Amino acid sequence: MHPAFSVIFFTTISGCGYGLLFLLGLSLAANPLLFVRNEALLVLATGAVFAAAGLTSSLFHLGQPQRAWRALSQWRSSWLSREGVAALLSFVPVLALAAAVWRGDAGVFVRMAAMALAVMAVVTVCCTAKIYTSLKTIRAWHNGLALPGYLASGLLGGGVMLWTLLAASGNDDALVRADLPVVVAILAAACAVIKREYWQFVDTAPAGSTAESATGLGRFGSVRGAEAPHTEENYLTNEMGFVLARKHAARLRMIALVLFAALPVALAVPAMMLQSMALVALCAVVAAFGVIAGTFVERWLFFAEAKHVVMLYYAGVRAEG
Amino acid sequence: HLGHPNAAEHRGASPSPQPSPTLSGEREQSGSGEQATSPTPSPPNPFLEGEGFKIVPADGVDISPLVVGEYVLPDGRTAVPAFQLLAERFLADEYAPENVAPQCGVDPGTIRRIAAEIADVAFNQAIRIAQRWTDAHGREHEEMIGRPVAMHAMRGISAHSNGFHTCRMLHVLQMLLGAIDTPGSFRYQPPYPKAVPPANRPGKSRKANGALDAAPLGYVHAPEDLLVEADGAPRRIDKAFSWEFPLAAHGMLQSVIRNAWAGDPCRIDTLFLFMANMGWNSAMNTTQTRAMLADRDPASGEYRIPHIIYSDAYWSETVNFADLVLPDTTYLERHDCISLLDRPISDADCASDAIRQPVCDTDPDASGRDVRPFQDVLIDLGARLGLPGLTNEGGGAKYPGGYAQYIVEHERAPGVGLLAGWRGRDGSRSGVGEPNPRQLDVYKANNCYWHAPVPAAGRYYKMANRDYLAWAKSLGFVGSTDAIVLELYSERLQTFRLAAQGHGAQQPPERERERVARFFDPLPFWYAAVDGDALLPSPTGRGAGGEGRETDQRRSEPRPSPLPLSRGERGSSGSLGEFHLSAITQRPMFMYHAWGSQNAWLRQIATHNYLYLHPDTAAAHGIGDGDWIWVESAHARIRVPARVHAGTAPGTVWTWNAIGKRKGAWKLAADAREYAKGFLLNHVIDDLLPARGDGYRYANADPVTGQAAWFDLKVRIYRDAGDLADAADAGNASNAGNAEGAA
Amino acid sequence: MTMLPPPSRKKLGLVIDLDTCVGCHACAVACKEWNDGGQFGPLPDENPYGKEPLGVWFNRVHTYEVVPTAQASPGTVGGNRKPVAGEREPIGAASRGSPAAGYRLPATGSSSAMTIHFPRSCLHCETPDCVTVCPTGASYKRAEDGIVLVDEDKCIGCKLCSWACPYGAREYSAVRGVMQKCTLCVDRIYNDSFEEIDRQPACVMACPTRARHFGDLGDPDSAVSKLVAERDGYDLMPEMGYKPVNKYLPPRPRRDGCASKAAAAPEEKVDLSTASPILRWMDRILSR
Ligand SMILES: Nc1nc2c(c(=O)[nH]1)N[C@H]1C(S)=C(S)[C@@H](COP(=O)(O)OP(=O)(O)OC[C@H]3O[C@@H](n4cnc5c(=O)[nH]c(N)nc54)[C@H](O)[C@@H]3O)O[C@H]1N2
Ligand SMILES: Nc1nc2c(c(=O)[nH]1)N[C@H]1C(S)=C(S)[C@@H](COP(=O)(O)OP(=O)(O)OC[C@H]3O[C@@H](n4cnc5c(=O)[nH]c(N)nc54)[C@H](O)[C@@H]3O)O[C@H]1N2
Ligand code: SF4
Ligand code: SF4
Ligand code: SF4
Ligand code: SF4
Ligand code: SF4
Ligand SMILES: [Mo]
Repeated sequence: MHPAFSVIFFTTISGCGYGLLFLLGLSLAANPLLFVRNEALLVLATGAVFAAAGLTSSLFHLGQPQRAWRALSQWRSSWLSREGVAALLSFVPVLALAAAVWRGDAGVFVRMAAMALAVMAVVTVCCTAKIYTSLKTIRAWHNGLALPGYLASGLLGGGVMLWTLLAASGNDDALVRADLPVVVAILAAACAVIKREYWQFVDTAPAGSTAESATGLGRFGSVRGAEAPHTEENYLTNEMGFVLARKHAARLRMIALVLFAALPVALAVPAMMLQSMALVALCAVVAAFGVIAGTFVERWLFFAEAKHVVMLYYAGVRAEG
Repeated sequence: HLGHPNAAEHRGASPSPQPSPTLSGEREQSGSGEQATSPTPSPPNPFLEGEGFKIVPADGVDISPLVVGEYVLPDGRTAVPAFQLLAERFLADEYAPENVAPQCGVDPGTIRRIAAEIADVAFNQAIRIAQRWTDAHGREHEEMIGRPVAMHAMRGISAHSNGFHTCRMLHVLQMLLGAIDTPGSFRYQPPYPKAVPPANRPGKSRKANGALDAAPLGYVHAPEDLLVEADGAPRRIDKAFSWEFPLAAHGMLQSVIRNAWAGDPCRIDTLFLFMANMGWNSAMNTTQTRAMLADRDPASGEYRIPHIIYSDAYWSETVNFADLVLPDTTYLERHDCISLLDRPISDADCASDAIRQPVCDTDPDASGRDVRPFQDVLIDLGARLGLPGLTNEGGGAKYPGGYAQYIVEHERAPGVGLLAGWRGRDGSRSGVGEPNPRQLDVYKANNCYWHAPVPAAGRYYKMANRDYLAWAKSLGFVGSTDAIVLELYSERLQTFRLAAQGHGAQQPPERERERVARFFDPLPFWYAAVDGDALLPSPTGRGAGGEGRETDQRRSEPRPSPLPLSRGERGSSGSLGEFHLSAITQRPMFMYHAWGSQNAWLRQIATHNYLYLHPDTAAAHGIGDGDWIWVESAHARIRVPARVHAGTAPGTVWTWNAIGKRKGAWKLAADAREYAKGFLLNHVIDDLLPARGDGYRYANADPVTGQAAWFDLKVRIYRDAGDLADAADAGNASNAGNAEGAA
Repeated sequence: MTMLPPPSRKKLGLVIDLDTCVGCHACAVACKEWNDGGQFGPLPDENPYGKEPLGVWFNRVHTYEVVPTAQASPGTVGGNRKPVAGEREPIGAASRGSPAAGYRLPATGSSSAMTIHFPRSCLHCETPDCVTVCPTGASYKRAEDGIVLVDEDKCIGCKLCSWACPYGAREYSAVRGVMQKCTLCVDRIYNDSFEEIDRQPACVMACPTRARHFGDLGDPDSAVSKLVAERDGYDLMPEMGYKPVNKYLPPRPRRDGCASKAAAAPEEKVDLSTASPILRWMDRILSR
């Protein structure tokens, strides 16, 4: 599949945003006074901005963005519509929580709003993932590992951002010095495990469809294209026929792993031992950039490595990866 | 081949003007004794009675022709029915499946299977239509029986130097099957069938006013009709209707540029071309053809072809060569007519013709284009030059209204014009009638076409169906309702062979005798045409097949037999045997020759072509899918992208015709793939055959009809060592106009 | 509404005969012609005379080669072959033609591959995800006859439906910013201003070999349903579970070489020295 920048940016950034909102919601639901007011507001605002920025960028992917509101209408069947609805609905707890935190509430209402936010963040990311994983046409997406992958990288992104934000705003608690680095390292490791599983699956999963089943001509022998309907690219081959050389894929997977997993772990572990808060903050910032960049690469691969069944119709007349 | 004695066995039907005599068995004489009721019983003619047979007109009904055997005529000569000759030829070992398999690439088992399937379908699966009809001899039939075997062949068979005889072979096969214009078989489309050959001969001499006595193209019936000088040399610039290509009924456009350039047989002043992209895909040997169009005589510094006028509606590869370009309208902007006199749009069940009318404005102010319909321009030019057909007595223009007026008023013969519909002053006549001044209006009111259904009883066996022939005669398609005889044994071809063998007043010059004698075989035969070898007369005088054969006293004439192959010296091109792959083109169904590429939609289907080859061929040459390879003939080589295709015959490589374009032509972008990746096979096709003994080179064409033989191309292939990834950078040499001469 | 309607009784669609399709692209061009100017047009083109022309089509014609599996020689037939041997191979004596005839004997019988032309357009599936994934309701399946359409006024151009279609039936127009697809010529087949005979899809009318048939595949007695039953019509990628309405009719299997009753036909080797009895026999047969 063609790795469209707007979509990759959207899923990466909004994933981080919702991860952050989820962690914030979860924390505040457990302990409304875990953060000081400004910290809570900063985290909330950052999460909301990331989520909104991602959503906005996804509009650039549209041919008719001015009609985007229509996308809210078909939530009964469409995961994309559900995602839109969930994304918008998640701003209700965001605003409610912001108001409560602003007012200094620490009661049931804050806990309820925080809980709702956490739930909506998960729901939204699940909806985003489901847009892809529900497509039977793309084996690399339509499987049990893609959704955990989205959730895990959202969480990782959220975790590393939370760490960064708190560290950068001068929070010197154990939370920042010990707890969050541990969380980040665990999430990074989990992410790495899930992704490796996923890539393993992508490399080995048997094709559900073949040129033979696509044409129904398998009964006569093996099928190969002799002539394509068009000698140049068309929408289909541009959109779904993206070809990534295997050796490039392997290298990019390594880069992604290093960036989103190895690097944060390598920074989180020493950060726990560092004295200087500035250095901790630096570790956090670098780790955050690593995670985001790594997720970006991983997400790029998520598209670039995904083969669409329609390309079976072009078997043999187009270069294959 | 008995000649034409005036046979006189009379039956009800009046004998046709030139009845082919046939031998009729005695036993049938007795069996059909009651037929002595014929109105004028002829007195027995001892000259025509032999042992147990009689000579009668072949189209007599109720005769029992003796189709095989050998018969001694009363005068002592031996007569052999044409069918016996045909059977002897094709039952001979030479044509046995085992022996033809290597030549055609189909194994003997498959040949037998196909033959058996054809026979099974023709005879066991006949179609029967309950429709009464009457044959040309007056016999009534209850039903129409169909032999549902149809064959389609056009250029693939004809565009070889053995094309004519191969076509005849297929035609004969259909005759033997009875699969001519029957339900389920090949069908004639009115105004066909016509007499064999059609009556019109090519114009030969000029009238007092300078006009030709007949249309320039026509059908040669006998050596007398050839357009040759007293010494037998060709008279036409294209050498059509000469001893080199006697039956070139379509002319030989493909030879005009070469001959004009060489001044052979004569120099010309102006070359006027339209609707043929002769500077590219319509030419063979495109690179040299382009060079000839621009070549100057070093002595005088003048162009060898002094003036070139070209009319085109688009910016084809030929436009840039013209001194004068006449920008034509497109077919949406002018009147046209699709006439029964040319290539009609009829189908087998109806005669049809049609017009086009302008639907787009060509007013220069409105359209910003300065164009005129080329037919209008031709008529205008003709009138200004004072050509008799285009001026009236006073010398003024005869058709000031241009082509639209010409369509309506021009008569090829009295009452016969370009359009068959709504003729006669009042528009009441069909086919034949006076010009109708309102004819175009009526066409326009009828969706621009005229349509005359063949009567139900005349739909099949048109060559011998009275219901059809009467209808066709009423429309002026045929001159009489006599059956049109299809020949197994061609008297016309034999006339030419006899001339070459020394009979008759018109004989070929010595240098052409052997060639004419060889190829004017009255029965079809196969000969290898691959490298032109077969077309080379022996350097040592007259070959076999001359008078010497008549030593056999028992036979008045030798059996028609393929004369032996004589070998001439090869041209300078080296060993042709190395070029062992046949290279052919196929028309892409989605494009019309060159100009499909300036259609925005068709271009999206294919901007470029590949050379397709069988996996085994590719493997044998170390060629992979998508590789750039060289295609080399004895004459030139070009660099092309290859594709492996299991459906291609192993001994053949092929590509789509005319997709490759020259850089800058057709107003395509400078980096258009048509130029950067597409290619034109014509660069490697020679327009001449290798030299014969005396150095003369015939056109690369069928020696009977002059049909260009572009499908005889033989090549070898090899990978391009340079392995340029993208030809756009390198430029495709051939499309820049410079195929490399290899020899 | 992108919920699928309840299954309709009427299921309009196409039946495409791969036995007779010659791959001429007439259907594809006729489709483009009709729809470009029709209710669902235009079908825009980009860079029409440039290096890489691009445009929207609702119908595309592929050509496949099918190599019998038993005979497929690995290494020669497959995807993306690369050269196996070295450079230019000299055409030596082995491949030189028979000297007598002056031409090379082509290899015989080694090509049993089938070449099959294959038009591809929307199959108007019964349970297609291309409809349910649409967030706006622009992509919909008609309850009355099962035609799958895009309402271009609602479409936001998110492309998701084209990702959900396994058959490549949807082409996005960057120029118009909306998804476009085969309409089953809904603006022809119900068009009262047309004569009955013209109320058929443009592609069906254009096909010179009558390889395309249009009708109600929900009615077992319709001509198309009978054709499908008779000719063993099949679904493309049934494993997707989209239940295509359009059906494809398989090509007849190749008769291979001499493997038919004809092989059993007695071999008639005619020796001309004994020709005359045979000819006499033919005389009897042929005598009128
Ligand atoms: N779409 C389209 N239609 C056209 C035209 C066009 O340009 N485009 N051009 C029109 C014109 S001007 C013409 S003359 C006609 C020509 O119509 P066709 O004669 O049908 O033309 P081609 O497609 O060139 O077909 C030649 C076929 O013969 C095969 N062939 C070559 N050599 C041999 C041989 O030795 N034996 C056999 N059996 N087959 C052989 C080739 O593989 C090829 O498939 O088409 C007309 N129709
Ligand atoms: N290798 C190979 N070569 C072949 C063949 C083959 O099968 N293989 N086929 C041969 C055959 S049969 C043929 S007929 C030729 C065909 O070859 P061409 O006759 O060259 O056919 P086109 O490319 O259609 O070119 C016709 C010219 O007419 C112009 N034209 C189009 N419409 C109009 C118009 O309305 N008015 C005017 N004035 N001009 C117009 C076009 O722009 C073009 O320049 O090619 C021959 N060459
Ligand atoms: S073919 Fe594709 S676009 Fe058409 S209904 Fe089926 S899934 Fe949808
Ligand atoms: S591109 Fe249009 S029709 Fe397709 S899913 Fe998106 S909104 Fe629906
Ligand atoms: S049914 Fe109409 S829209 Fe669909 S492919 Fe055929 S012509 Fe095109
Ligand atoms: S028009 Fe008919 S024969 Fe031509 S490609 Fe389409 S379906 Fe095949
Ligand atoms: S393309 Fe089709 S419609 Fe046009 S002239 Fe040829 S056969 Fe006739
Ligand atoms: Mo032609």
